[in-house]
Amino acid sequence: PFKRYVEIGRVALVNYGKDYGRLVVIVDVIDQNRALVDAPDMVRCQMNFKRLSLTDITIDIKRVPTKKTLIAAMEAADVKNKWENSSWGRKLIVQKRRASLNDFDRFKLMLAKIKRGGLVRQELAKLKKQNSS
Amino acid sequence: MVTYKFHQYQVVGRALPSETDEHPKIYRMKLWATNEVRAKSKFWYFLRKLKKVKKSNGQMLAINEIFEKSPTKIKNYGIWLRYQSRTGYHNMYKEYRDTTLNGAVEQMYTEMASRHRVRHHCIQIIKTATIPAKLCKRESTKQFHNSKIKFPLVHRTVRPPTRKLKTTYKASRPNLFM
Repeated sequence: PFKRYVEIGRVALVNYGKDYGRLVVIVDVIDQNRALVDAPDMVRCQMNFKRLSLTDITIDIKRVPTKKTLIAAMEAADVKNKWENSSWGRKLIVQKRRASLNDFDRFKLMLAKIKRGGLVRQELAKLKKQNSS
Repeated sequence: MVTYKFHQYQVVGRALPSETDEHPKIYRMKLWATNEVRAKSKFWYFLRKLKKVKKSNGQMLAINEIFEKSPTKIKNYGIWLRYQSRTGYHNMYKEYRDTTLNGAVEQMYTEMASRHRVRHHCIQIIKTATIPAKLCKRESTKQFHNSKIKFPLVHRTVRPPTRKLKTTYKASRPNLFM
């Protein structure tokens, strides 16, 4: 029934607040609602579980590791690549890219979409012709 | 970093020197208050109950804020308090798991308010201590003393990432599975 657990080493995404969009590792559990959370580029802090979305990725660490061991464990488990290749991670990257388009990019995007639509319709027309004949 | 309402202060004061007493005893207290002014006032309140001295015939020697030594380490705090209920005064011992003592004290005040309807001015903190895991008395703190702790988040509430994006109506029902 449950696949993603709050455990030491679980990688989570922050979905509210100042650190929105950051990947953090649950390093210890304070109590029912809060966890001690750490990431390579931030000070270790406490976060409410309401602000975290658990991911499928876990890393192998003991309770409250030092920053060095944490970074080493994250490299060993290859968190960055696993995240960027997962469907959730890819969707977030695409969202970011779309949000950062400038007007010229959007123009290029429009042309590309029209071209793709045209090609699809050509193929469809060919298939229709084949079927009707 | 979370902002705490209650700060811990170390307040030092003594009675004013007089002809009978050239060097009155100096007293030091560690208190919790929301600001320094309140801390000084609380100091005189407690000192009046212990010695025959008032703010008008006493002097404040020092007031310093005490900060948490290790705010990234999770500790078990035991708090002994004396509170006034509708029928009398009672003593209580409560345990909290938190990273800082100020956080634990704030938890205590909110819990006393919710569980016993005791307002903050009716609570006196007798003593606080960090308790090693072996000596914790309450099951609710002891259940987190597990180095392989693991539990699922059962009910996921979907929240918009900023309050600006909050709408009254949504197009589809939320997915509550984590």
